[in-house]
Amino acid sequence: MLSYLRRNRSLVVGAVLLGILILFMVVGALVVDTENAQPLSVPTLQPPSWDYPFGTDRQGRDLLAVMVAGTPLTLWIGFVAGFIGVGVGAVLAFTAAYYGGLVDAVIRGIADIGLTVPGLLVLIIIAVSLKGSLTVNQMAIVVASLAWLNPTRTIRSQVLTLRQRGYVEIARLSGMSGPEIIVRELMPNLLPYLAATLVSSVSAAILASIGLEVLGLGPIDSPTLGMTLYWVFFNAAIINGWWWWWSAPLVVIVMVFLGLFFLTVGLDEIANPRLRRTV
Amino acid sequence: MTALIELRAAGKSFTGGTLGRERKVALEPFSFAIDPARPGITAVVGESGSGKTTLARLLLGLIRPNVGEVLFKGRAVHRLNAAGRRDFRRSVQAIFQDPYEVYNPFYRVDHVLTTPVRKFALAGSAAEGRARIEAALEAVGLQPSEILGRYPHQLSGGQRQRIMVARALLLRPKLIVADEPVSMVDASLRATILGSLRKLHEEHGISILYITHDLATAYQVADRILVLYRAAVAEAGDVEPVVKTPQHPYTQLLIGSIPKVSTVRDWAVEQKQADRTVTAAGCTFADRCPSAMARCLTATPPLYQTAPNRAVACFLYETAPTLAQGDVGRVLVSV
Amino acid sequence: MTTNDTVLRVEGLRVAYDHPRGVVRAVDDVSFSLRPRERFGLAGESGSGKSTMALAILRMIKPPGRIEGGEVWLEDVALSRLTPEAMRQLRLAGIAMVPQGSMNSLNPVVRLRDQIGDALADHGERLPRRALTDRVRLLLSQVGLPAEVADKYPHELSGGMKQRACIAIAICLRPKVIIADEPTSALDVVVQRQVMETLGRVQAELGAAIILVGHDMGLMAQFVDRLGIMYAGRLVEVAPIADIIAAPRHPYTRLLIESLPSLEHREGLRGIAGLAPLLRELPPGCAFHPRCPLVGARCRVDKPAVRAVAPEATVACHLA
Repeated sequence: MLSYLRRNRSLVVGAVLLGILILFMVVGALVVDTENAQPLSVPTLQPPSWDYPFGTDRQGRDLLAVMVAGTPLTLWIGFVAGFIGVGVGAVLAFTAAYYGGLVDAVIRGIADIGLTVPGLLVLIIIAVSLKGSLTVNQMAIVVASLAWLNPTRTIRSQVLTLRQRGYVEIARLSGMSGPEIIVRELMPNLLPYLAATLVSSVSAAILASIGLEVLGLGPIDSPTLGMTLYWVFFNAAIINGWWWWWSAPLVVIVMVFLGLFFLTVGLDEIANPRLRRTV
Repeated sequence: MTALIELRAAGKSFTGGTLGRERKVALEPFSFAIDPARPGITAVVGESGSGKTTLARLLLGLIRPNVGEVLFKGRAVHRLNAAGRRDFRRSVQAIFQDPYEVYNPFYRVDHVLTTPVRKFALAGSAAEGRARIEAALEAVGLQPSEILGRYPHQLSGGQRQRIMVARALLLRPKLIVADEPVSMVDASLRATILGSLRKLHEEHGISILYITHDLATAYQVADRILVLYRAAVAEAGDVEPVVKTPQHPYTQLLIGSIPKVSTVRDWAVEQKQADRTVTAAGCTFADRCPSAMARCLTATPPLYQTAPNRAVACFLYETAPTLAQGDVGRVLVSV
Repeated sequence: MTTNDTVLRVEGLRVAYDHPRGVVRAVDDVSFSLRPRERFGLAGESGSGKSTMALAILRMIKPPGRIEGGEVWLEDVALSRLTPEAMRQLRLAGIAMVPQGSMNSLNPVVRLRDQIGDALADHGERLPRRALTDRVRLLLSQVGLPAEVADKYPHELSGGMKQRACIAIAICLRPKVIIADEPTSALDVVVQRQVMETLGRVQAELGAAIILVGHDMGLMAQFVDRLGIMYAGRLVEVAPIADIIAAPRHPYTRLLIESLPSLEHREGLRGIAGLAPLLRELPPGCAFHPRCPLVGARCRVDKPAVRAVAPEATVACHLA
């Protein structure tokens, strides 16, 4: 196991990056007072110093506290949306691929139509039409509403390739029923692929949520990464030279995406034996 | 006789191309039945594209015919109810060509043996099930201790194929459809596996449909033979006369092309590189046939019964009576 | 055989793979020679090392495999002493290979004419369009394919035609040795005969020697002059084909020939009991002894050396 990890470097890099973030969040929650992530907590516009290692913003938030409090929120939105997306997508994909015919045509049709509509546009419309500001959980549901489209398609393709395998036919000849074959024969072979899809789905969900938040359509009162960037743009922080305000969330966002990306690449290698470079 | 499984003028074609306008015939309709009272080993010999795999899949109920019907104990296979389907699966089993593909890499090889025991309630308890599985493995020459608990990639192709034979034996079906069971297995193991199949027939009265492109093993293993060429039956009958005195020009070509281990180095029959244009209605072999007549280019010969146990689809034998409904089963009744 | 008489000489070739559980010897001290225009068969079952041998001759073994020792001479050029670039030039021009399943390795988006053109260009023969067309037509006629095939894509051709196209690519630079690894295993028996007859004719016209790697003893009997039998990475017997068929010396060879189903009498099938050993778990002594009907005490302990038993025959067995 360890020797495999030595060779599958992507997996290690991804895990390390995310590990650092998790450590940051856990240790941070114990050490930093997250109340200071709310406005009017500390002096405004302080560059990074010993008291405020990440500096403070124009509304009096301690940016270190914002990062510690906000990163888990952003990740939470991503995970919830990603899980719902892959969960719903997997169920629809297996059903469509195994049964074929009308069922497949209907599911595939809906997914295809959904995929051609610009996702961000739909999310914006949904977010705008919801009364009042969103909570973090509502945000997750909004993003999840579209997150299942891509997984449905990609998982369906994978299942279709497996469906013709000899062992599925043998299972039929052994008396297994359709759902049983899906669960007992097809699902276990797809677990690595589902894991890789999950990670990339989480990544896409985080991106979508940040996108909405930057436009101001997210949970206004929460110190998520995207909302922080919203305030950065709202206050023209870049032009004003308050570099510490946008550096912190940027670094964290980059780490999140790189970590998830490397994790996906690493999982892809496990899922697809042909990508494996060594035995 | 109520046939166990019967092809009644059944054939299969696939549509393709834009707007589904192209039609490709995978198997021309013909009739054929397996009589449970007279089990035998029937070889179906043909090259790729001959329709032999389509025939196997029709008999196993994996695909449905476009023309005619496939019947199990008198009822159409695709219209069986749950109980009927269970009986069908219990009575007709298969061994496939690829010993790699038929195993789910996620499970140990025990899975392919325990699943049928479980689904068909072949044992009263776990211990009894295990005993049955071990007996089946031993019957095909495998040591249970070397096989059970292993993953597929840890075993050789020959071992995996033998496990499949053991699996078929567990179910005690009436018919085993073996689709190229040894073509992906080493030459030295073929005899063992084919021997196990023959034993299943001799000791348990199971009918075997041995589908292959290898005429030599078909000759050694089977009692009757069906030769397919380009989706249609070319010749059928008892194996000895068909191989020793082939009547259809294609069968003659096939036998002549098999490399023989003799000290005289030659490939006996001369091949014709004919390039006559044949219409779609003509005999499928007419473009390569050394005995082709003008008639062969425009009409397809029916099956003629040239002897009580021989049928040939060739105009050279048109003086013989035609087989009604293309019922090949009538000439495949020796034993 | 004297050196002027051989076009290819393999001496003591050893190929090893580094497996986590030890070193696996896929080719163990194999030696043989090839005369010009000779047809040599290399027969063995899966795991015998015959395909690895073919790759090793062309020095195409990739890690985790490596050539551990031995030498291959093409006429009087020692291949191990060539630079990688020189070896690359030698492939196809000196020794050409028709690999297993090569018909499925033809580039699906390139016309045949251009695939042959690429092969020629890679070896410094960049022909203008007219000359290339003529050269391709000549090559295709040598393998019995009509000139129109040059403009076709691989998927437009049948299996037999694709395989003959691969043979055309293999001979385009007039190599001295052709190695054909299971050239007909995916083909039907009738097409197989066409392809083998093409191969034989082409080889005779070129004056090249040919190594046919495969497991079909019947095919070997019809095609080769001399046959080598491989088992567990060693060449256990080499002899002229007529001698091997009439009087095989090694018990494995004898069993292989007996296992061929005959079309003369229905006497049932005979196989070889047991399984071919895993190369990383070879039994002590002679690798074949667990399955050998004539096994003796010495066989279980001593690995038999390859001995010459006749002018052109060798065998590795204590009892032969």
